[in-house]
Order: sequence, then C-alpha cells, then structure tokens
Amino acid sequence: LIIAKSKGIEEILRILKPYQKILVAGCRGCVTVCLTGGAKEVGLISSAIRLARKEEKDALSIREEISQRQCELEFNQELAEAVEEAEVILSLACGVGVQNLAEQWPDKIFLPGLNTKFMGSPVQQGVWEERCQGCGECLLDKTCGICPIARCAKSLLNGPCGGSYAGKCEVDDDTVCGWHLIYERASRLGQLARLTEINSVKDWSKARDYGPRRVVRGDMRLAEVEK
Amino acid sequence: LPKSRSNLERVLTTGGFAVTTEIAPPKHSNGSRVAEIGKRMQGYVDSFNLTDNPAGVVRMSSLAASVILVQQGQDPVLHMTCRDRNRIGLQSDLLGAYALGVRNVLCLTGDHQRLGNHPTAKGVYDLDSINLICMVKQLRDEQRFMCSEECEVAPSFYIGCVANPFAGPFEYRVVRLEQKVKAGADFVQTQSVFDLEHFEHFMEMVRARGLEQRVKIIAGVMPLTSAKEAAILQKNKPGMSIPDSIIARLENSADQKSEGLQICIEQIQFLRNLAGVAGIHIMACECEELVPFLVEAAGLLPRPQFLPAD
Repeated sequence: LIIAKSKGIEEILRILKPYQKILVAGCRGCVTVCLTGGAKEVGLISSAIRLARKEEKDALSIREEISQRQCELEFNQELAEAVEEAEVILSLACGVGVQNLAEQWPDKIFLPGLNTKFMGSPVQQGVWEERCQGCGECLLDKTCGICPIARCAKSLLNGPCGGSYAGKCEVDDDTVCGWHLIYERASRLGQLARLTEINSVKDWSKARDYGPRRVVRGDMRLAEVEK
Repeated sequence: LPKSRSNLERVLTTGGFAVTTEIAPPKHSNGSRVAEIGKRMQGYVDSFNLTDNPAGVVRMSSLAASVILVQQGQDPVLHMTCRDRNRIGLQSDLLGAYALGVRNVLCLTGDHQRLGNHPTAKGVYDLDSINLICMVKQLRDEQRFMCSEECEVAPSFYIGCVANPFAGPFEYRVVRLEQKVKAGADFVQTQSVFDLEHFEHFMEMVRARGLEQRVKIIAGVMPLTSAKEAAILQKNKPGMSIPDSIIARLENSADQKSEGLQICIEQIQFLRNLAGVAGIHIMACECEELVPFLVEAAGLLPRPQFLPAD
C-alpha cells in the first residue's frame, strides 16, 4: 500500500488561491484505503474549500470526481470531461497519480493535495508504518523477513548499531530498532547463526541511484510494439 | 608482521597496556587547540582518537585534526563514519590520510544525523561499519579497491572498530564483535564502561569465543564531573549506561568532581586487571586536561617509548 498524508487545508487553500474552477479528483486505490484521498476525503476537502472561500459565491465552482486508479492511464478517462471543464485539478492521489494526470492533459494545471509518504501498512487504527523502500534487490531471505533497508534508520546490512537500546532506535523512542526485530525473529526461528555471516555491500545501482527505474518484460510486450 | 608501524600497534603488539584518549576537533577552523591538547598529553597517552563529527554535529574534519597531530610527531586514530561519505569518498580519504602520515583508522557507523545540528541532512550509509572494515582491510592486504581495481601504493592501516557492550540486544553484542574481527579489525575500543559487572559479563562471553586472542580490546572510560552531568549523559547519549549507584555516589559526595575522578581511577584499575583487556581509552569530552592526572593516578606511567627503527 502507498501511504500518503494530506497536505492540510491551509496549504491546499494557499496553492488553490489563484483559481476558481476547481476539480478535486480522488482515487479509489491506496489513498482510499489509507483514508486520505477517497470519496470521503474528496467531499471533506471540497466542503472545506467552499467554506473558506464562501465570499466568492457563484464565481467559485468546485467539482468532485473520483478515478478508479489514478496510477493507471486508462482509468483516468473517467475524469476527462471534468478535467476539460476545470481551470485547475487538485489530485488527492499519490505522486504517481498526479503525474499521470499531468501527462494525460499537458495543458492543464494539476496540484497535489497529499504528501506521498511511503510503501507500508496500517499497524493500528490510524497508524501506518513503512515496510519497503523498493531498493530493487530484495534481501528479506537473509534477514528473516524483516527489511533493514526500510526499518533501520541507517539501512545497515550487518546488525544493529551501538545506538540500539531496549529495542528502540537512537533517532527517537517511538522508532523500533529494525535489527532488534530481526535478532528476535532469528532467535525464534533458531537462525541466529545467520547473523554471524557478513552481508557484503549493497548494490545501490538497483535502487534509486541510477535515476528513475524502469521494468521491461519482453514476455508481456505486444509483437507490433516490439517491431 | 607489523601492519602499520603506528605507535598504537607497537604498544599493543609488544604486550604493552595501551592508553588512548579522544579529542573532539573544534567547531571552527582554528586547529591550535588540537595541537595544544596533543602537546599537553605528550608522554601520557599512546595515541589520540579524533572524532568524526560526533553526534552529527559539524566539527573540523577528523582527517585534518589527525594531520595536525602527525605534524607534531604524534599518533592519531582517524575516526571514519559511514554517515557522510559513500565508498568513493571514504576510499579517497583513506588514501589521503595515509599520504599525510595517519596510520590508525577507526571504522564506525556514525551517530544518526537526526541527533546533530543538521537534522534535515541526507544520511549516506552506503556502507555499514563492517563493510567499511572489509574495505580498509582489502586495500591493505590485497592492494585492491572495493571495486577490485588495483591500488598501486596501498595504505597500510592499523584497523580499529568500536563495540558497545551496553547496547541491545545484549547477547548479540559479542556476536557483532566477532563479525568485526572476522571482517578484519585489529583493535576495538569500547563505549565508556560504567557498569563493571555488565562489562565483566561481556568479557566472559568474549573470552568464551577466544576473541581477545584475535583482537586487542581497549576498554573505554569517562570521568564524570557531577551527578547532574551523569544523569544527562544517561538520558541523552545513545548507548550509554550509567548505574544509579554511581550517580548516587556522586550526589552524596562533598566534592563531586574529585569523586568522579576517583571513580574513574577505580574503574581503570579494575579494567586493567580484567582478563582480555589490552588497554584503556579515556574519553574526557571537553575536559581533556583531566587525562594526564588520571593516567598518572591510575599508575599507567611511564608510557612505552619506541625508536623509529623498532
């Protein structure tokens, strides 16, 4: 799940200030599940804008629409008529969604209503945590199913640093030490010997360090495109 | 065969009980205080650790401060953390440090940037401390960079690492030390020891694995100057554990500073007699003037002297 958080009504009002014909576009994907960009939030944000700008009366028009998934181009066709009509589109999708819309309608202005945070999961009602950084080369087989790249503040490959104390990370007491979790799990699985092996340096070229990444699957390509 | 011919290596490999200390480089661009502290401690310690932006607070580089000591004939231990440089920067600095006369390097992960004065900085952590040890050893023993290209004139460092027996999980700490030894560490300096019983337990586990035969273990100590300071350290410093009994002893004393020194002297004497401990590392942050007194009072003088040809 992609986890995102609202930019907050103040910032949204600020970036929307120059515009009056506004489309608030939600998404039924991850942001609906993490309660930031679904139908309900589209309604709430739209009402908040109307309320804050009530003096503008009829000059202000706010339309509410929702795409099945803003991250897939074909689903956004559902929004076509509303986008054409609007002066500006506030997208409540993740950064992928905002960019997809912008690519599809190059002459329109799209603004983000959310800050896209991470790939993660809800851990309690109202609490989401990061679980994966998409480093491009999964090493969960070596670390008992707990990712040190995502869950250690220093992405260490060989055990907890000297700042791990009582299961907590040195960055703050609310952060669990990822390597402490790995140690506990290795211990439960009878795999502590694994932690004596040295993991050699990571190949960060598989991560974000070579610029934007791309996955190409020859077996999925259409014959005419290949030609 | 000697690896680096550093003073520290000579002391440790000729059976001496090493005494090292730590200087935090200044938060400005005048290095005279580093030179001054070095001179004042001449003859009291065998080598000097120069910290690498400890706690993520910007200071003069460890490399520059180390060279200031080299220039006056002293033996620095260059701290190198993984927080601020990737493998390219780290190897480049290793070459430069060696060219300028530095012979000991201490490989650390580094305190998180969140703790320092630039908390919004991007942390690097391309390598971790164990990868770093492997890299320094490969350069020295195989004359090859991490990418496996040959290094024509390879730096031959005495390789150090750190251990924090007071961090968690406790049982893992000795495993981690063994990993560092396996990676190629020649010596280890520990976090400040206050809880002697806990450290004794750690050393039992070290000896059970025979690690003291494979790595020189230098135990860290820190003189406390007041009960208040001790409580602050205990609360704020990652990985530091000060027993309540020590804080109470300071509180109940009429002269807390001299009581703090007395506690430190007792700790040094205890650690000196603990099987497997090969030296003492005195961390007197910002009160380096206490070090000569402690060394003398703990009976660690005179320090071994070597001729250049030794």
